[in-house]
Amino acid sequence: MATASLVVGGTQRKARVRLGPLVERVLGYAVLALVLVWLVANVVADPDRFLGSLLVGLQNGLLYALVALGYTMVYGIVELINFAHGDLFMLTTIIAAGLMVGLLGVGQLSALTILPLLLALVVCMASGAFINMAAERLAYRKLRSAPKLAPLMTAVGLSFIFRGIAQQEYVNGSAQKNWPIVWGGPQVEGVFVYKLVMVLAVTLPLLLLMTWIVSRTKMGKAMRAVAQDQDGARLMGVNVNGTIAFVFGLGGALAGAAGVLYFLCQTQTYYDTGTQLGLIAFTSAVLGGIGNLSGAVIGGLSIGIVQAINEGGAYGLGSNWSQSVVFAILIILMVFKPEGIFGRPTTEKV
Amino acid sequence: MAAATQAAQGSSGARHSLGRYGWPIGYVVVILFLFFLYFSILPALVKPVQAPVLAWLPVATINECLMWAIMALGLNVVVGYAGLLDLGYVAFWALGGYTAGWLMAFPFNWEWDFHLLSPVKSTLPGTHINFWLVAIVAGVLCAILGLIIGAPTLRLRGDYLALVTLGFGEVITQFFRNSNDIGDANLANGDQGISPIDPIGTGPLGAAGIAPPLLTNSAAGNVWKILVLGLLVGICIFVSLRIREGRLGRAWLALREDELAASMMGVPLVRVKLLAYAVGAFFGGIGGVANASAITTAVSPSGFDFGKSVLVLLMVVLGGMGNVWGVTIGAFLLSWLNSNGLKQIGVQIDALAGTNLEATLPRYNYVILGLLLVLMMLFRREGLLPESRTRALMKMPSRTEAESLGADSLEAEAESEAVEHADAQGDARIAASAAAMAGSAPAAGPSSTARREDES
Repeated sequence: MATASLVVGGTQRKARVRLGPLVERVLGYAVLALVLVWLVANVVADPDRFLGSLLVGLQNGLLYALVALGYTMVYGIVELINFAHGDLFMLTTIIAAGLMVGLLGVGQLSALTILPLLLALVVCMASGAFINMAAERLAYRKLRSAPKLAPLMTAVGLSFIFRGIAQQEYVNGSAQKNWPIVWGGPQVEGVFVYKLVMVLAVTLPLLLLMTWIVSRTKMGKAMRAVAQDQDGARLMGVNVNGTIAFVFGLGGALAGAAGVLYFLCQTQTYYDTGTQLGLIAFTSAVLGGIGNLSGAVIGGLSIGIVQAINEGGAYGLGSNWSQSVVFAILIILMVFKPEGIFGRPTTEKV
Repeated sequence: MAAATQAAQGSSGARHSLGRYGWPIGYVVVILFLFFLYFSILPALVKPVQAPVLAWLPVATINECLMWAIMALGLNVVVGYAGLLDLGYVAFWALGGYTAGWLMAFPFNWEWDFHLLSPVKSTLPGTHINFWLVAIVAGVLCAILGLIIGAPTLRLRGDYLALVTLGFGEVITQFFRNSNDIGDANLANGDQGISPIDPIGTGPLGAAGIAPPLLTNSAAGNVWKILVLGLLVGICIFVSLRIREGRLGRAWLALREDELAASMMGVPLVRVKLLAYAVGAFFGGIGGVANASAITTAVSPSGFDFGKSVLVLLMVVLGGMGNVWGVTIGAFLLSWLNSNGLKQIGVQIDALAGTNLEATLPRYNYVILGLLLVLMMLFRREGLLPESRTRALMKMPSRTEAESLGADSLEAEAESEAVEHADAQGDARIAASAAAMAGSAPAAGPSSTARREDES
């Protein structure tokens, strides 16, 4: 099992309120079959548009995957849905915009843009990691022994603070802000090839790095140990606080990288991006089985593709409904397979 | 521990029996005082007294506070009583508001006229139904929506539940945003929303010339709205308090404390959870109608964002989850802060320090609310007026954490000390018995030693 080595934690609880297992399974497969039929219908009706949507989906899906990794790692290790993660991502898009366009004057993109891009990546990843670690140090750490509602509410509060900061006129304002970034180069079905190349070139090394950190390094081993049993890990000499802070930092850094890419792809910043994208990313994490790193990537890609086909395919509901479609996926998933694609169901101990 | 809980319950029970007769009187006195304050006392007073009261506590703000109190009491049933974290409560508010938009407004694309006990002129086109009837209809619709939202989330807990409810909240808002083009039909006028919505009528009071016949957003209308909204809040408080004492309320509390234990004790989880959603949603629907008809007189999707859900949740948490009075006070405090308080605080600081906070402070309301939530969670998790049970629960760290923090090492120390102590005694006994047995036969050894130890 290649995926098993990448599991950080993951304690999706199995429900006790169930429909009949057989009914449930039949309905689950029926839903799956419907999705497949829908995909095939889209291909048959308009292959070109399907291809274009697929590429857009790949591009968005990788960004979702980066943000989803932040959710899934933090959940895996402290069982907290970090509601503020999406808004942290939103803050990094604003930092990236200010740095690249405001300070470095990036406009028409060319090969030379790689240098500002690298700089923005470093700055945004560092600031994302810093903000997330600071939040952990100042708030979540003190609440680790508290009832579960408390850290969750704290995360909601932090998300409010981030949104409120971004809404100020001197930061981003409460309206969408468009930045003069111009993409050029060849296009396939309306998708800029360089955009996709940039996303792939940044995302894939980061994902490989993540895999290496979690599965090969000492820190990765400590992460898995802490996710399994904090007290046990502490007794074995693992620095639990340090490890948890590292996980938060890693998640924040990935969100920072996603922020740079998202800003360059969308060329706009908006204070509400975080809530929307954060929810999509969380759905991706749940789809892949929360706590499971490769699951989060696959979940992100599938949600990105389904969303893109819904928006651009022959039989889609259009972008007006994309949020609803993603939530429909989330709700259907919660009903039929709450442990996700790769998650293992675990029963609750009394 | 059990004895302490029982004692706490006993004392709160005594308070309840006293409060059963006390609070309605007190509540009516407070609402009547507020009403007469703005109706007759304040206009009669001199300017220096009148002006600051009106600046700090305008009538419109009081009405807003009362409306939010309905919402907070509704969410309190779901979050405070049943312990189901709901981050999409705005969905019910929105549906309630739109019910008012459908049933008591000028038409946007409808061609029929329908009047039912409505205070507005019968020549007006569109559907116009009496406020109270619409409130009941909206409550029922929202309760049904609550059941629909509740059903797939029954299996989920804690964070997952929060996320799915949040998702539902967003979906409902998106539905209303796209509602001008659903299958070529215009269901709710999309982004523009529906306006104006009929004001509340005063019926016989209006006909007798005591009150204005229509409670519009005028000065006179606002004063009379205090009574109408106050009545609604009073009903919500009454229902909340009574339902908590009953079988259903106790089932909710059991569910909140420990779902597994509750189900083992025979609490029907499905029914109880769904009822929590339905009752909470009913309140939310009434709040939505009250908001649409009496506060904003219009509904549009932009008003129903995630921030509103969190605001209501914050009211519940700030006041003290599960405690009706705490929640009501939390709602008053936060909605006052949100609508007027921050601005007034800014004005006061400006007057003292010569800064320009009047405009800037309200702009930071998200930051301030978020900070408040974080600080509350860090330093006073149980809220301003906590329920006695919640206080005990929130203060108690979970067992493993207590162990890992070293709480059990004290216990272990005491234990090992006791063992050492016992050993010292035992050693002395053994020595004594050995000395006593020095002459007797060694075959009688162990049993006789033990007996002698028992005696000594």
